[in-house]
Amino acid sequence: MTKEKIKKTLTYVFLTVAALLSVFPLYWMFAAATNLSVDVSRGTLLPGTALISNFQNLLQNQDVLGALANSFKYSIALTLISLFVSSLAGYGFEIYHDKAKDTILNIILLAMMIPFAATMIPLFKMFSTARLLNSTLGFILPTLSTPFLIMLFRQSARAFPHDIIEAARIDGLKEFQIFYRMFVPTMRSTYAAAMVITFMNAWNSYLWPKVIMTDKKSITMPMMVANLKEGYVTDYGMLMLGVLLSTIPTVIIFFALQKRFTEGITGSVK
Amino acid sequence: MKANPMSLTQKQRLSGWIFLAPATLLIVIMSFVPMIQAFLLSLQTGKGNQLSFAGLYNYGRLFKDAIFVKSLTNSFIYLIVQVPIMLLLALFLASMLNTRDLKFKGLYRTAIFLPCATSLVSYAIIFRSLFAVDGFINVVLIKLGVLQTGYNFLANPTSARVVIILALLWRWTGYNMVFYLAGLQNIEYSVYEAAKIDGATPLQTFWKITVPLLKPTILLTAIMSTTGTLQLFDESVNLTNGGPANATITMSHYIYNLSFKYVPNFGYAAAMSYVILILVASLSFIQMKAGDRRD
Repeated sequence: MTKEKIKKTLTYVFLTVAALLSVFPLYWMFAAATNLSVDVSRGTLLPGTALISNFQNLLQNQDVLGALANSFKYSIALTLISLFVSSLAGYGFEIYHDKAKDTILNIILLAMMIPFAATMIPLFKMFSTARLLNSTLGFILPTLSTPFLIMLFRQSARAFPHDIIEAARIDGLKEFQIFYRMFVPTMRSTYAAAMVITFMNAWNSYLWPKVIMTDKKSITMPMMVANLKEGYVTDYGMLMLGVLLSTIPTVIIFFALQKRFTEGITGSVK
Repeated sequence: MKANPMSLTQKQRLSGWIFLAPATLLIVIMSFVPMIQAFLLSLQTGKGNQLSFAGLYNYGRLFKDAIFVKSLTNSFIYLIVQVPIMLLLALFLASMLNTRDLKFKGLYRTAIFLPCATSLVSYAIIFRSLFAVDGFINVVLIKLGVLQTGYNFLANPTSARVVIILALLWRWTGYNMVFYLAGLQNIEYSVYEAAKIDGATPLQTFWKITVPLLKPTILLTAIMSTTGTLQLFDESVNLTNGGPANATITMSHYIYNLSFKYVPNFGYAAAMSYVILILVASLSFIQMKAGDRRD
């Protein structure tokens, strides 16, 4: 009995420490964003009153609103088109599967192993010839279709009853109508998971935008935040406010759809 | 229906092809074609667009390049030190959270998973600021009397690497934990009850039941972490800027510098990217084989 109690106490202690360590850097970021740089360097942990002055500094230093608008524009465009293209393919690979399509799917899956560094240079050359630098299309094209999303939707199409498809065909629905009117509404939770993952990846992506967004007007939030740290003296208050602003959208989505998110990333486990 | 059944199935087959065509073509054009182009590029040498065929010259040059060797070493240090610690920690946390009558389960899970909501650039900058000379960690160490003045963690190769490893642990442990939690849901609780009755210690239960039953998930997370570690970029750029003196630079960071920061040397950078490609492919293959064997 006492042994059991010790074990239990240790579990709680360990988990509490892990939880505090996980949350602390984010709390510190939030506290720093509301304090003057001097106070941050003194190690203050309480929320301060310098939020507005930090915000003014930030606006003077960088085109925050422009970067925010760009990030939303790129991420939403990528998420919407990517979900459509990938779910259509996942559905196609599963519902109409035959030997040839299965082989193609297996080849596509190999693309998961290609590191981005290995395709980045030819893609940059291709996109600069096609005049796609600094454009939304340029941002979204390389990750519009991913093996991961295709697999996610293929998995959910597997659970989609074939009887429904047959019945819809008898009712005279075209193949695309079956996908659009039957499959899409039924698989709402898979779409939600895919949406969270795709939006987060798009919002947080850094290397590719850094390569193709050569114009200051086209930069994204992560690029803006990275620019903030350049310079001789770091204004911690301003820097952390930039980090905070770039984190808020993903944290909101994280809390709103946490369950879907965990379901999504663990979909491959089950 | 007027159409005969043969043309109907043909029609369906055709729709199938139309459905998967856009996604498939995109992957071919955006992944496979550039991959082949990168290989052809890696056989050429020259600055900017003035390229000439050079055979395997770039590949031979790689291992005489001190910075490349350093970036390769760094990737392996992160791989060998950070990945096992992270996966083991994630496993422990997951099995603790899987305790049946644990209170605040949701709260703990959310807190430990929360770092995943921060972007890679953001957390790299948070850690850079926490470990700065006038950063929070130094303030605490001075107050505790451990240090007299602020220590520049990012100016010493070893401590800079340790900071990167700590940051990686912070960002990714919860992510891996979620995979293990999902895997643990599939294990019947009665297995644990039986082990308890047989007098197994918690540690025995962990190594003899949890780990073997979670093997497929562990394999998946190991492969993901390996490929992720070999491609580290954001942390190297934003936490340490590869420094001090390229001591913490990663392969992707060096490739980026060679292509877009210095006078572009695309052929040499492409050769380097193929080293990552080969490493990712062969390490995943080895892990898959090793995962199969123990069955």
